Amino acid sequence: MKLQISKDIKFSRFYKKLNILSLILVFFSILILSFKGLNLGVDFKGGTLIELRVENSTIKISEIRQSFLNMNLGDVNVKKFGKVNDYLIKIENTNSQNEGFINSIKEKLISDLGQTVNFRRVENVGPKVSNELLKAGLLAISLSLAAMLFYIWIRFEWQFSLGAVIALIHDVIITIGIFSLLSYEINLSIVAAVLTIVGYSMNDTVVIFDRIRENLKKYTKISIRDISNISTNETLSRTLITSTTTLLALLAIYIFGGSILRGFSFAMIAGVIVGTYSSIFVATPILNYTNVSSKSVLKEDNNVINN
Amino acid sequence: MLYFSKTKLLIIYTIIIFLFFFAILNFIKISDNTFLSKKINLGLDLQGGSYLLLEVDSNPIIDQQLQQKVVNLRKHFKKNKIQSQNLSISNQVIMIQLLDEDIKNFEEFFLNKENTLNLYYGEYRAYEMDHSILGNNIEIRYSKYGLVELKISSLEQSLEIVRRRIDEVGTNEPTIIRRGNDRILIELPGLEDPNRIKKLLGKTANLTFRLVSETEDVFGTESLSYEGSEDILMISKRVLLSGDNLINAQPSFDNQSNQAVVNFTFDRSGAKKFGRATSNNVGKRLAIVLDDKIISAPVVREAIVSGNGQISGEFTFQSATDLALLLRSGALPAPLNIIEERTVGPDLGEDSIRAGAISLAIGFLLVIIYMLYKYRKLGIVADLALIINLILLIGILTILEATLTLPGIAGIILTVGMAVDANVLIFERIKEEMKKEKSIVHAFDVGYKKAQSAVLDANVTTLISAIILFFLGSGPVKGFAVTLGIGILTTLFSAYFFARHLSSIYVMKNKNNNISI
Repeated sequence: MKLQISKDIKFSRFYKKLNILSLILVFFSILILSFKGLNLGVDFKGGTLIELRVENSTIKISEIRQSFLNMNLGDVNVKKFGKVNDYLIKIENTNSQNEGFINSIKEKLISDLGQTVNFRRVENVGPKVSNELLKAGLLAISLSLAAMLFYIWIRFEWQFSLGAVIALIHDVIITIGIFSLLSYEINLSIVAAVLTIVGYSMNDTVVIFDRIRENLKKYTKISIRDISNISTNETLSRTLITSTTTLLALLAIYIFGGSILRGFSFAMIAGVIVGTYSSIFVATPILNYTNVSSKSVLKEDNNVINN
Repeated sequence: MLYFSKTKLLIIYTIIIFLFFFAILNFIKISDNTFLSKKINLGLDLQGGSYLLLEVDSNPIIDQQLQQKVVNLRKHFKKNKIQSQNLSISNQVIMIQLLDEDIKNFEEFFLNKENTLNLYYGEYRAYEMDHSILGNNIEIRYSKYGLVELKISSLEQSLEIVRRRIDEVGTNEPTIIRRGNDRILIELPGLEDPNRIKKLLGKTANLTFRLVSETEDVFGTESLSYEGSEDILMISKRVLLSGDNLINAQPSFDNQSNQAVVNFTFDRSGAKKFGRATSNNVGKRLAIVLDDKIISAPVVREAIVSGNGQISGEFTFQSATDLALLLRSGALPAPLNIIEERTVGPDLGEDSIRAGAISLAIGFLLVIIYMLYKYRKLGIVADLALIINLILLIGILTILEATLTLPGIAGIILTVGMAVDANVLIFERIKEEMKKEKSIVHAFDVGYKKAQSAVLDANVTTLISAIILFFLGSGPVKGFAVTLGIGILTTLFSAYFFARHLSSIYVMKNKNNNISI
């Protein structure tokens, strides 16, 4: 069976309603972000993260919790991670910079649990470093948004640039909002995911914009509304196929890539879905609202020729 | 767009075969040939190991240097018969009160570019110290450049000592590099437990020999505790001899007590000093102090003039070995703090490699099947392009000897998912053209031409993200940026050169048939 996509969907009919939906989603994301905040990982908040494996599955999580409680380390979060005997421990205390800290924890755990404990992964980030990493992450995201704005501005007219960047900001805010809602941890790899989402969402938007510009030159008498519909329909099957293959690859990482990549692939999956949606229903409508016309596109061409 | 000259084809396929050859190198063993032994390196998160970021705590050095400056200032005032009052240091600021008539002279002296109290850096056009005058009070503090110079010089020394200590432990291919003005980055691949190295780096290893105070008088003494216990002794502040004079230190077993000890040897001047110190103090207790902790405080039984000595304490053979190592490699100029540590055990690394490989295989398979389903025969073209793309990517990573991390593997999988986009854009365009065009050849030709701008735009945006991530990301994330970025380049190559050639062959063969996409 082959899925047949009708080639004349009137996307513009949904612009208003979906724009309101987008506004509500962005509003809620900001609301959740400001009230609930983000679950920042040790990368950005400082502290210690230990992924440990116990040999014996009869150990209960409560025993591990109790052992940490006895160590008086302040806020300690113990949870299961991946396989049955694996646990992830997060210690918020950032004052434990001395070199014997990790080893003393290990010794106490072994004596409390009465068996060897394997520290599979240890991440210990001091407050200074986490602060720097946070700044670098925010800088990277803002810089990539600015770079995209600049690129589109060179390649297209300002209306396109505006539409693309609003769509990007929309995608980033909603993706982060989802992370806040679900209390998923934000770490370095999530920043990488957000940057990739920015690139992907842009990629998707540019393809539609490219077609809109082409059609504006071709059909000088048709309104931008119809041009948007024609162009979106023409590129629709590409949009869907590429999103599908990207999602297939991401699903493979999400399911089989192990617990470390789960947050990253989840963010990417959310971002790809939101990004695909926003190219059609956020970026393109903005071209309608800002009254892009054949004239504005052709004028630019003339300028280039005259110069 | 469908015509390829012979030279062009030759170049395209030479590049593919060349990179294919390098990609293969990862899977076969070739003995020590520098050119052919290239391989993709595995990051610490995949092979296991430790990443440590150390920061030099320069405060003690600043204090020490300021004290030295105060001593020199006193000398200067004495020599020039300048009356100074309340010469003191607080919060790393030297404070002096001078008489009205001396202030101007002092400032002139202080800003003289030749003076050794306040160095002038020609390359910065700035002084080592900043000073401010308020009435009769002068405040002197380190300037921005003075601090930078101080930090850099202590960093350079620390780097050398750190290198020596880690080399002595003998780990596998450590990376030790300078980061900024006051940080040292250490990567220790394959190290299972960094505890020993962390302990070794956590000690400044400042060894001093000082007398245990016998009088009640507290002047000139300080109370220090024993290593690993609460016991306290009053120790004279006067240092008879320091670790700088050591030339060798080795762990060994004492024959009589059967305990681990550290044997040390002084250089010539150290031996002289040690001989004098021991002969003058027979019967007294001489404390051996390491980083303000007493290791032992034996009674001097006789003068030791040979320059050889022995430290005994509550040592295990391991701790004696480590102490000897610390003494051999010398003292750090300032304490080092571990401000970031990331350690991955070898079993987790193996698990990650396996998970990465499985998800790559599955993601790859899913995309290949989907493309076949969507495009049938042209799907084969896209799939072959995808395979070539992957080979090119691995080949380039091999030539660069890039470091593959877990996020890097994710980047490769993502490339697989997004790489088909270029071909999808082109094929969709061809489809559209085929509705209008009678000639298949022409439809393909126009399709490739018209899709070009979209393909380029779409890939440039992702490339921008990858470049920014490469420069601002750290560690494993950088690996992601590398694979994603190179993946985009190989994608463009495989779509516009390799896949286009395949489609041209396909089109030419079916010129007169009806092809449906």
